[in-house]
Amino acid sequence: MSKEAAIVVHQLDHYFGSGQLRKQALFNINLEIRAGEIVIMTGPSGSGKTTLLTLIGGLRSAQSGSLKVVGHEICGASENQLVRARRHNGYIFQAHNLHGSLTALENVQMSLEVHGHLSKQQRYYRASEMLAEVGLEERTNYYPADLSGGQKQRVAIARALVSHPKIVLADEPTAALDKKSGRDVVDIMQNLAKEQGCTILLVTHDNRILDIADRIVYMEDGRLSKPPAPEAD
Amino acid sequence: MLGFIKTLKTLQDRTPLGLLQLKHDRLRLLTAIAGITFADILIFMQLGFADALYKSNTQYPRALQSDLVILSTQAKNFGQLRTFARRRLYQAQDVPGVLSADALYLGSVQWRNPQTRQQTSMLLVGQNLAQPAFELPEINQQLNAVQLPDTVLFDRASRGDYGEMIVQVEQGKPVTTEIGLRTVTVTGLFEVGASFSDDGALITSDQNFLRLFPRREAGAVSLGLIRLEPGYDPKQVRASLAARLPDDVQVLTHQGYIDFELNDIQSESPIGFVFGLGSAMGFIVGVVIVYQVLSTDVNSHLAEYATFRAMGYRNTYLLGVVFEEALILSVLGFIPGLIIALGAYQITAAATALPLAMPASRAATVLLLTFAMCGASGAVATRRLQAADPADIF
Ligand SMILES: Nc1ncnc2c1ncn2[C@@H]1O[C@H](COP(=O)(O)OP(=O)(O)O)[C@@H](O)[C@H]1O
Ligand SMILES: [Mg+2]
Repeated sequence: MSKEAAIVVHQLDHYFGSGQLRKQALFNINLEIRAGEIVIMTGPSGSGKTTLLTLIGGLRSAQSGSLKVVGHEICGASENQLVRARRHNGYIFQAHNLHGSLTALENVQMSLEVHGHLSKQQRYYRASEMLAEVGLEERTNYYPADLSGGQKQRVAIARALVSHPKIVLADEPTAALDKKSGRDVVDIMQNLAKEQGCTILLVTHDNRILDIADRIVYMEDGRLSKPPAPEAD
Repeated sequence: MLGFIKTLKTLQDRTPLGLLQLKHDRLRLLTAIAGITFADILIFMQLGFADALYKSNTQYPRALQSDLVILSTQAKNFGQLRTFARRRLYQAQDVPGVLSADALYLGSVQWRNPQTRQQTSMLLVGQNLAQPAFELPEINQQLNAVQLPDTVLFDRASRGDYGEMIVQVEQGKPVTTEIGLRTVTVTGLFEVGASFSDDGALITSDQNFLRLFPRREAGAVSLGLIRLEPGYDPKQVRASLAARLPDDVQVLTHQGYIDFELNDIQSESPIGFVFGLGSAMGFIVGVVIVYQVLSTDVNSHLAEYATFRAMGYRNTYLLGVVFEEALILSVLGFIPGLIIALGAYQITAAATALPLAMPASRAATVLLLTFAMCGASGAVATRRLQAADPADIF
């Protein structure tokens, strides 16, 4: 286990349901991601990618094995510890999940407000800056309903990255976008992450964006492996 | 203290998410406000009517010009006071602080409506003409009109058909009719209003009362009206009187006696129940509408809320947002409710002659009820928040 590891998954199993309906979704997962690394996870749908991502992100409690995120063990952590762990991470979802009653700027500010140590002005300043970095300085006061799909996903990226998280978890962030906006969104993510030195774990089916990865891992039937030969995809 | 200032600062600094959510969906906001306003108006009207009925049925007790009131221990209410011995009033006069102790005679009589010749039950009040019993100037100015034997003043607001008779008396022509077997003359009019027990009232002197009420002895008094010398505390004198007088009478302050009457109406009449039920209906309508609005609002923001939780917000934060909305809605719904109710009180008062008024205490009560209404709806609506599970939104 290297000192620099941002994420260390060791012998992780995960089950859904209980009793007769108990079903194993993850089998003996071992994965180590160094700080600053960009890792892409692919694999057929239903193979357990989202499950692994939610476990690493602290959205689900891990049941057995070991799961260390930026040095904190979160397997068997309390709800309170999980909530704190979530604040280290930036999430980007397949759906943008922006709050429809908040402007782009307010949505991004919410991600800073949760930390509770920045004043209103600081939050405003940082969020505006972040929106400028994703190329939306002209759209800061737009509501999500008035933005295009690509623009919404860029707001979501700004929201995930504005608080300089150590880890960014992205679940099929380009699935709902056309080719051009999908590429733009991934480039923005890559550049910002490199600037901030954060670690990225990105789940995707999109072959066109595999080039941003330092490493690709493959999930099938709840087991992780090296990526198969291209024709097997 | 420091912690408190810090909390205030955070509150002031925070994004007002509940407010923004409400502002964003105007139709939903208007629905909620209309619902609360409607519920509040309903509650205001019910409470107003109940209070007006209590008031209109305790007008004589309220108008008594006395500091303390003596009544029989067996008294039930103004219509059924029983009697006590006049000797008690003489005994009362010996107690320090008592300036005067006057007898008031009350009884129900069968009186014949001079117009329709029908018999109906009227309250007959006999008072000491030298010491007016009520703070009702209209009556007190006409007391000399009942000095002659068998003369009475008539309450023009009595239930029944009295139009022609009233016109005659107003023109100065006395009208005669019968009480029991005696012939009496109506020599003047006043206006107070009917109560539950009697269709109306007649006022006369104590002498006339005893003439019209042959079964009653002069020694059997309905109410004793005690006036105090200046500088004496009614509560203290009440205590000395209670100690001095035997147990067949009780001594109350004027307010205490009004409360005694109110208490009887509240427990004996359906007013409290009927209007309480009406208010409860209003409250429930409000709860249902606000619950509908708040739970729809939570439902339509489940994905966003789950995202907030994935960002590290606690469930309590989301609870706070729902209650923030509930609080904003209660204030926004209460204000138009209060204003419309004030207008409705005036219109109703003009149409029904009921004494409808808006004391500050009732406005405060309804405001608190509105908070409770929205708080309860909010509390139920927060159960939907369980569905905002960040594990299920990826
Ligand atoms: N909340 C859940 N309850 C029960 N089974 C689930 C739940 N979430 C996912 N699963 C199951 O776990 C497996 C992995 O799902 P998932 O992690 O969503 O796959 P992927 O993201 O790779 O498409 C699937 O068989 C799915 O049916
Ligand atoms: Mg998935």
